Amino acid sequence: MLAFIARRLLQSVIVMLVVAFIAFLVFRYVGDPLANLLSQDATMADYEQARERLGLNQPFYIQFFNFVINALQGQFGVSYRLQQPVSQLILERLPATIELAVASSIIALVFGVMLGIYTALRQRAFSTGVIMTLSLIGVSLPTFLIGIGLIYVFAVELKWLPSFGRGDVVQIGWWRTGLLTQSGLRSLILPAITLSLFQLTLIMRLVRAEMLEVMRTDYIRFAKARGLSKRAINFGHALKNTMVPVITITGLQLGSVIAFAIITETVFQWPGVGSLFVNSVAAVDVPVMAAYLVFVALVFVIINLVVDILYFIVDPRLRDGARSGR
Amino acid sequence: MTEPVLSIRNLVVEFPFHDETFRAVDGVSIDIMPGEVVGVVGESGAGKSMTGSAVIGLIERPGHIASGEIRLKGERIDNLPEADRARLRGKRIGMVFQDPLTSLNPLYTVGQQLIETIRTHLPLSEAQARQKAIDLLSEAGIPKAGERIDSYPHQFSGGMRQRVVIALAIAAEPELIIADEPTSALDVSVQAQVIKVLKKLCSNHGAAVMLITHDMGVIAQTADRLVVMHHGTVVETGTVGDIIRRPREPYTIKLIDSIPTIKRGEGEIIAAPAANDEGAYVTVNQLVRDFEIGRGSFTKLLPGKVEVFRAVNEVSFTIPRGKTFGLVGESGSGKSTCAKMIVGLTRPTSGQILVDGHDIWAGGAGHQERRKRVQMIFQDPYASLNPRWRVRDIIAEPMRTLGIARNRTEVEQRVAELLRKVRLDPSVMRKFPHEFSGGQRQRIAIARALSSQPAFIVCDEPTSALDVSVQAQVLDLMSELQAEYGLTYLLISHNLAVVRQMSSAVGVLHNGVLVENGPTDAIFDNPQADYTKMLLDAVPDISKVA
Repeated sequence: MLAFIARRLLQSVIVMLVVAFIAFLVFRYVGDPLANLLSQDATMADYEQARERLGLNQPFYIQFFNFVINALQGQFGVSYRLQQPVSQLILERLPATIELAVASSIIALVFGVMLGIYTALRQRAFSTGVIMTLSLIGVSLPTFLIGIGLIYVFAVELKWLPSFGRGDVVQIGWWRTGLLTQSGLRSLILPAITLSLFQLTLIMRLVRAEMLEVMRTDYIRFAKARGLSKRAINFGHALKNTMVPVITITGLQLGSVIAFAIITETVFQWPGVGSLFVNSVAAVDVPVMAAYLVFVALVFVIINLVVDILYFIVDPRLRDGARSGR
Repeated sequence: MTEPVLSIRNLVVEFPFHDETFRAVDGVSIDIMPGEVVGVVGESGAGKSMTGSAVIGLIERPGHIASGEIRLKGERIDNLPEADRARLRGKRIGMVFQDPLTSLNPLYTVGQQLIETIRTHLPLSEAQARQKAIDLLSEAGIPKAGERIDSYPHQFSGGMRQRVVIALAIAAEPELIIADEPTSALDVSVQAQVIKVLKKLCSNHGAAVMLITHDMGVIAQTADRLVVMHHGTVVETGTVGDIIRRPREPYTIKLIDSIPTIKRGEGEIIAAPAANDEGAYVTVNQLVRDFEIGRGSFTKLLPGKVEVFRAVNEVSFTIPRGKTFGLVGESGSGKSTCAKMIVGLTRPTSGQILVDGHDIWAGGAGHQERRKRVQMIFQDPYASLNPRWRVRDIIAEPMRTLGIARNRTEVEQRVAELLRKVRLDPSVMRKFPHEFSGGQRQRIAIARALSSQPAFIVCDEPTSALDVSVQAQVLDLMSELQAEYGLTYLLISHNLAVVRQMSSAVGVLHNGVLVENGPTDAIFDNPQADYTKMLLDAVPDISKVA
C-alpha cells in the first residue's frame, strides 16, 4: 500500500512538472511580459535593464527552474490587472469556490445515490419513470439556463433568496467563510443547487446502472438464496459493490466543479476563482492564467490520488493486486 | 414409507413474452427423500436450473410458476407470500451455484459472509457465530480455517471458494440443498474433491441434495437416483446404475452415447484418419514464455530486480501431418499460453516453433506462411464472433485480408461452400451470430478457421462451452474435416475424455512443464508421471459405474 502511494506520488510530481512547464511557456512566451510591465514610453535601455533584473536573458531551462522554485513557494508573480501577488488573489477567492463546490457535491452525492438506489430497486414504478425523465432534463439543460431560471423564480418572483454574491462573510484566519451567517447560507443555496444539478443526475444514472448490474450478479442471487434480509442485500452487498465506479466519477466531478465552476460563478456573481479566471482572460492577465492552470492541475492530481486510495479501502482485491500483479 | 423432503408435482414455469408464452418447465414431478442425493441431468435449456430456481423461489421475472405444487416436508410452499418464502431460503433450503468465482461477494471477507448468514438464521452471538463459521470451514476441508476466515474470496482458489460456498449453503442446517452445476467451472482434479465435500457435508447434516448438472460423470459418482430432463419435461427417472446401464428412452440413450469416455472399448478405431506419415509437420522446440510480474508501465523505467513468472517451461513436442495432438492440464498450467505462441499471438521468450519447416517467429516467409497455414478455434463461441457482423463477413474476413478471394461473387461462393462443409445452410450467411445456438456458432467459427485453407488448426477448448450432445456433433465434424482436408490439429482441453477420443498423441502440462508426452493409449492406459495418474483418477466418468 505504501509503495503504491509512493508510486502514485511520483507520477503526480511528473504530471505537475509537465503542467508547470506548459504554464511557464504561457507565462513566458504569450506576448512580451515586459510590454505589460513597463510603461509605453520606456527606452530600449529600460528594457535591457528590466530584462536583466527579471532574469529574462538567462537560458530557458534556468528560467524554468526558477519558475518551478517560485511556484513551489507559491509565487506566481504579480497580476498585471490588479497589481497584487497572484497567489494572494487566488487564496482570497479560494474559500468561496471550495465552499460552493463542496456544498454542491454533497447535494449531488446524497440525492444522487439515494435516487439511484431508489430507481434501481423500484425498476418498474411510475415514480422511477418520472425521476428518470426529469434526470434527462437535468443532464441536457445548460448550467447557465438553470441558474437564470432559478434566479428568476426564487429571487425575482418569489424574492425568497438573494440572486448574487456571497452575502455576509466571517473571517477565520485567512479563510473567509459564508457558512456562519444567515445571509451567507441563503446566498449559497441557489448557486449550489445550480452547480449540483448536472452532477446529481450523472451520479444518479451511474448508481442506477451499476446497481442494476450488481443485482444481476451471482453473489446477489446467492445472498438471496441464503435468506439474507432485503436490507442486508441491497445496502450491504449491492451498494458497496456499486461504489467503485461512483467514487471515480464523483472524484473527477468534484475536481471539475472546483476548477470549472466558471459559468455558475459568473451567473451568480460569486466571488470565487472561476470568476477571477474569467476576468483575467478578458484582461490578458497572463500571470493569473498561468497560476490558475497550475492550480487546476494540482486539484485534479490531489483528487485522483484520494480516489485511488479510496479504491484500496473499498476493494480488497486491489490491495493484493498491487502485490501479485493481477 | 417416510415423507419426502421435497415433492414437486406437475410443476409448470412459464415466461410470458409479447406474443407467446414460453414454458421452461412443463409438468415436472420429482420426489426427494430425506438424505437422498438426486441428480437432475439434461442439456442447457432443459429446464433443470429453472426447476431448482422454482423450488427456492428465485425465478427471474417475468417467469412465474403457472401451475403445479411444491411441498417441503408436506407443507406447500409455492403459494406462500414472498416474505414467508424468503424465510425458507438458507434456513430450510440452501443453494450452491455454478461459478464459485462469482458467487461470493468480493468486497467482504469469507468470515463476514458466513457470520452474517449464520446470524440471520440462528440466535447466536457474534463470537459463537464466528466459531461455528470456523467449524464449518474446517469441515468443508479448508486448512487452517481459523486463519483463513478473515481472507477475502479472491485469496482462495476456485475449488476452495466452492467449499466456502458449500459451507455457506449448509450454514443454517437446511433440509435440502440445491446444487446447480456445483463443479462445472472447476478443474477435473478439484471437481472430485468438491463433490466429496458436498456429499460428506450434506450427509453429516442430514440434508437431501438436488444435484443439477449436465455432466453425467459427476452424477454417476454422487447421486442415488437420476432424473433426466429434456425440453422442460422429465424423460426418465430411476437409480443411477439402472439408467446408465439400461436407458429406456431414446433421448437418454442419445445423451449417454454422446458422452466421451476416457476408457476406450475393444475394437474401437482410433479417430485420427490414416495419413501418410511424412515426419513432423509442426515442431515445438524448447518453448519458454516468461511473464514479468508486479511491475507497472512506469516502474519498468526504474532499475531493479525483475520478478519473473515462467508460464511455459521448455515445452517440446511434434505433431505429424494430419494427426491430432492433445494438450491437457488444469487451468493455469500454461496450455493457452502455448496455443497463443503457436498461432503467433504471443512472442515466445525463447524456443522455436516450426510449421512445415518454417520458423513462424523468424519473420519473412515463415511469418507469411503462418498467417495462411495456421488458424485457431476459440473456446467461447459467444465471444469469438463479432456480434455486429454478418456470418458472411465473419467467414470471408481471412480470405479478404490474405487476398485469397477478392471479388464478391467468388467470396460468396466460397463462404457458401464452407457453410455446407460445416453442415449449415448457405442461406444463413446473411444472419448475425446472435441468431445461432452455441453449437452452430462454433461451426461458424470452424468455417472461419477453414476459410484461409489452413493445414494446421489450434483448437483451444473448442467444446468446453457446449452441451455434451452438441459437443459430440462438433467433435465429429472436426474429425470429418480432418479426414477430408488432411488437417493437423493441436487440441487443447481440460476434458480428458475429449482428448482421448480425438487425439493420436497427448502431452500433459503441469505448471508450465510437459510432464508426459506420448501416444494417447499409452498415456491413458499406462501413465508414468504421478500428475497424470492423479488427473486420470480424478475424472468423474460414467464408465466407473457401468
